[in-house]
Amino acid sequence: MALSLAEVEHIAELARLRLTEAEKAQFQEQLSAILEHAAVLQSIDVSAIPPTATVLPLHNVMRADEVRPGLSQAAVLSNAPDPYDGFFRVKTILEHE
Amino acid sequence: MLHITIHAARRMLRAGDIGARELTAAILERIDAVDGQVRAYLTLTPELALAAADRADAALVAARAAGTTDDLPPLLGIPLAIKDTITTEGIRTTCGSRILENYIPPYQSTAMARLQQAGALILGKTNTDEFAMGSSTESSAYFATRNPWNLAHVPGGSSGGSAAAVAAGECLAALGSDTGGSVRQPAGFCGVVGLKPTYGRVSRYGLVAYASSLDQIGPLARDVTDAAELLGVLAGHDPLDSTSVPAAVPAYAQMLDRPVRGLRVGVPREYFAPGMQPEVEAAVRAAIQVLADLGAEVREIGLPHTDLALPVYYLIAAAEASANLARFDGIRYGLSAAAESLWETYRETRGQGFGPEVKRRIMLGAYALSAGYYDAYYLKAQQVRTLIRADFDAALAEVDVIACPTGPTTAFRIGEKMADPLSMYLTDILTLSANLAGLPAISLPCGFDGAGLPIGLQLMAGAFQEPLLLAAAFAYEQAAGWHTRHPTL
Repeated sequence: MALSLAEVEHIAELARLRLTEAEKAQFQEQLSAILEHAAVLQSIDVSAIPPTATVLPLHNVMRADEVRPGLSQAAVLSNAPDPYDGFFRVKTILEHE
Repeated sequence: MLHITIHAARRMLRAGDIGARELTAAILERIDAVDGQVRAYLTLTPELALAAADRADAALVAARAAGTTDDLPPLLGIPLAIKDTITTEGIRTTCGSRILENYIPPYQSTAMARLQQAGALILGKTNTDEFAMGSSTESSAYFATRNPWNLAHVPGGSSGGSAAAVAAGECLAALGSDTGGSVRQPAGFCGVVGLKPTYGRVSRYGLVAYASSLDQIGPLARDVTDAAELLGVLAGHDPLDSTSVPAAVPAYAQMLDRPVRGLRVGVPREYFAPGMQPEVEAAVRAAIQVLADLGAEVREIGLPHTDLALPVYYLIAAAEASANLARFDGIRYGLSAAAESLWETYRETRGQGFGPEVKRRIMLGAYALSAGYYDAYYLKAQQVRTLIRADFDAALAEVDVIACPTGPTTAFRIGEKMADPLSMYLTDILTLSANLAGLPAISLPCGFDGAGLPIGLQLMAGAFQEPLLLAAAFAYEQAAGWHTRHPTL
């Protein structure tokens, strides 16, 4: 399963990763080799086999719906690159025409 | 004294034969002397460690005067190291990544909270492959850690800093995390004991997530007794981790000295494939013979889907990683690249902040989860994971413990596998399955190759059968005695 350069660029967009041209070429080759190795799975008939998402028999682990203390606003913002007036500031998302 | 165990140090501390400050200062001196070569630590916290040691000494003096040393917390005054993927409140936690270079966590992981409650003191944070993605600690964004037995070789990974620190006498024991072998493989390479508990046995709260259905925190230690001691402290239900299991925690360290007579030991034929280093196979088969001589019933077993574990692992782990690492976006914490728009902030921050192995796995995972490929890759891998679990269910109906090598070779040379990711992934081929099946597994030393590098014996058992697993490991360790050897630096 060989990936095209366009596919590599598409995946990088999905993953929000800026890649250099050298990285794109390298990942195209390396990911193609890894996917080729994974092709062995295509030969296994698992049509009747349920998937394993977790080994634990868990469903909807809930806790009591009650107020509990959490981190202070100052603690939450202590690592923020650009805090402003108690908020995380981000770049403009919607711009006016 | 540099290679003292937790259980021996505890006896000496309680008897007053040594003080916690004296012990801690000796280990800090050792770090000073050898870490320039080994490079096990990313961050050192000597002031915090010595202050905690002084508090421990005060408690020890008071308890001796009152005759109540038996009631002291189990790890009081014991200096430990913590893998840098485990969150430490107020202590820089980088995960071996540039994206978290200056991150100071505002909260505590449950594993750290439990160690501190038990009286342990923390020397610092150990090197790791970036976000635990790697098998040699060479993928750390900062530097490669070196194997204390031979500095030209890797310590294994991703918990290579923790394994090297234990082997080199730079801590008494350490925490690691194991997603596909990241505790056991470096333990094998460095000649120490590494335990991956049953999935759900130890809380993952504060373990920076790599692959959430596989990750588990585990101890690296000088002997099986210390590994059992640490598991006893770490294990148990945590309301902050919905995948931690509310099962009772046995007194693991008090259950080690059980006879292995009649223990059924299975040897999976698929784990001795061609390509294995002959000295590894010979040492592991000799170790299994030691268990047989102690009265265990050894038989060959089959785990027929073993050759599918590697592709299943890297598809599932990469898919989970691509989702888990989406949180690193340059907005709330960590590196934030200057950019004109929000979209560019994401792309630039992640492009600059992540190293090649992390990018590669995020890309692979995003591809396996993307429209048109989900069924062919991710779902398929989850279905084959069910077959791998079924192999273990069938085998463990017939045997109590599975014995095999920890890895197909001893520690490879630094740089040897960095250019070919697939060859690096193959070094984990014998440890991945325990994570896919959620089973407890341990690596312990069982000899050395001709170059003087340690060889690891891996034992696996059924879910929550740690008492059985640790007793089998303890019986072998005590009969074989490899745990008393240490590297000279």
